[in-house]
Amino acid sequence: MKLKCHQCPERAVFHITEVDDGGQYSEVHLCPKCAHHYLNATPEQSVTSAALAEVPEKPKAEVSVGLPSSPLETDIECSVCGMTFAEFRSSGRLGCPHDYDAFREHLMPLMETIHGNTRHVGKVPGRLPADTRVQTELIKLRQELRQAIATEDYERAAELRDQIDRLRGDHAE
Amino acid sequence: MDFHDLATRSGEWLRGNGPESDIVISSRLRLARNLADFPFCNRASDLEKREIEATFRTVSDDLEFGEDLHYLDVDKLDSIDRQFLVERQLISRELATTDGARGVAIALSEDVSLMVNEEDHLRIQVLRSGYSLQACWELGNRIDDLVEDKVRYAFSEEFGYLTACPTNVGTGMRASVMLHLPALAMTKQIDRVFRALQKIQLAVRGLYGEGSQASGDFYQISNNVTLGKTEAEILRNIEVVVPQIVQYERTARTELVKESKQTLHDRVSRAYGILCTAQTISSEETMHLLSSVRMGVNLNLIPDVNVGMINDLFIHTQPAHLQKIEGQPLESEERNIARATYLRRRLTNTSESAN
Ligand SMILES: [Zn+2]
Ligand SMILES: [Zn+2]
Repeated sequence: MKLKCHQCPERAVFHITEVDDGGQYSEVHLCPKCAHHYLNATPEQSVTSAALAEVPEKPKAEVSVGLPSSPLETDIECSVCGMTFAEFRSSGRLGCPHDYDAFREHLMPLMETIHGNTRHVGKVPGRLPADTRVQTELIKLRQELRQAIATEDYERAAELRDQIDRLRGDHAE
Repeated sequence: MDFHDLATRSGEWLRGNGPESDIVISSRLRLARNLADFPFCNRASDLEKREIEATFRTVSDDLEFGEDLHYLDVDKLDSIDRQFLVERQLISRELATTDGARGVAIALSEDVSLMVNEEDHLRIQVLRSGYSLQACWELGNRIDDLVEDKVRYAFSEEFGYLTACPTNVGTGMRASVMLHLPALAMTKQIDRVFRALQKIQLAVRGLYGEGSQASGDFYQISNNVTLGKTEAEILRNIEVVVPQIVQYERTARTELVKESKQTLHDRVSRAYGILCTAQTISSEETMHLLSSVRMGVNLNLIPDVNVGMINDLFIHTQPAHLQKIEGQPLESEERNIARATYLRRRLTNTSESAN
């Protein structure tokens, strides 16, 4: 993974596979900065500089995030939402707020490359989440609720709903 | 909210009278926020998405910041209406095309829109005419505070506002200005400007193009970094370069006038002539010609044309807008005819254009 970015001299960290309507594949390798423009450019906002113009504009892109130095031997999974790091690598999107903890080790170098920084210094909400454990517990319970409904275990589903309502009630003011 | 009615007027941000508005068309701010007790959108079930949507719908109904918000179920709109909202810059392409329960709360003046279940649970957008990033931030920040009174955001002291994509984590803020740079494009200086911008971590993107060229010579400049800088620092970063680019564009315009006023005058007059008389015209050609005309109006080479109307035409001649104005779906060829008819009508209606 020592490819150069297609759009600037930086090292490519994002490897994007474009699939066009005819089922043709093409690969685009980008550094985090260029990848950010690329992925955030909506189709009506075609990209401008000569280099960027070479990149075809397609709605469906599979994005894999290749970390510079740590090839993943074993995959890790978020205990709250069930998302794996491999899934994040292929979708480019995290599964829940807890993933920032669960994948911390792998996200730190990525955030460093994207932002040149890993520590927030901006706005802080007026009230900080009192207890993130409660919030992640809620995500887990909802996950279980979804499964209970899928398996038509309505008794369990009702229980879970009560639990969710109770937890939310305790923490809403 | 009546789409036909919307289609025949235009948003506040297009009025063309904010600071530096001959070159800075608009300023925009987006804040990405997520609820702490739900998975991110891509991992949320249909049921959870509906719950998230219901939460923000209630929040937006009760939000008191001086304007009323109108809520639209984006998943229930047909594709022309969704496209219309994208052309209008009220929703993102992603919100238009993604699946599942999602919506947008829009202020009638169109300067505020709250997107629900886009990539993040909530995207607060503030859009203003001209160079008004600070005003955008003040209003966006205030709305964010009001929303935060009612919900619990996913936030960590270490990483800030937690977002579905790590490229937005931290402030979750994307600030941008849309610039009209026809003279820099015409004199081929634009790439140099962009290379300089990339060195200071700002992104540049063309707007409205259907092909590879930024048609209409519109460029959007925005911050790349959202983590490790305060909101004020991020804004300052942009605010340092915008006046410079504006100055480059002004210098390029002055030089064009000095070197070959006649050639330039001829070029913008021809562009205006085509727009006033064409019988069928593509979106791309329209953008290209309107860009010349817009510069011509700013340089007083074309008298008695209101720049706000030219701004309007960039939006109103786009596919979904034309179909809304006509009140029926149109094929590409039919749209080219409708576009030409519409342009003739607006540009030759002297009572409108002269004010
Ligand atoms: Zn690059
Ligand atoms: Zn998770």
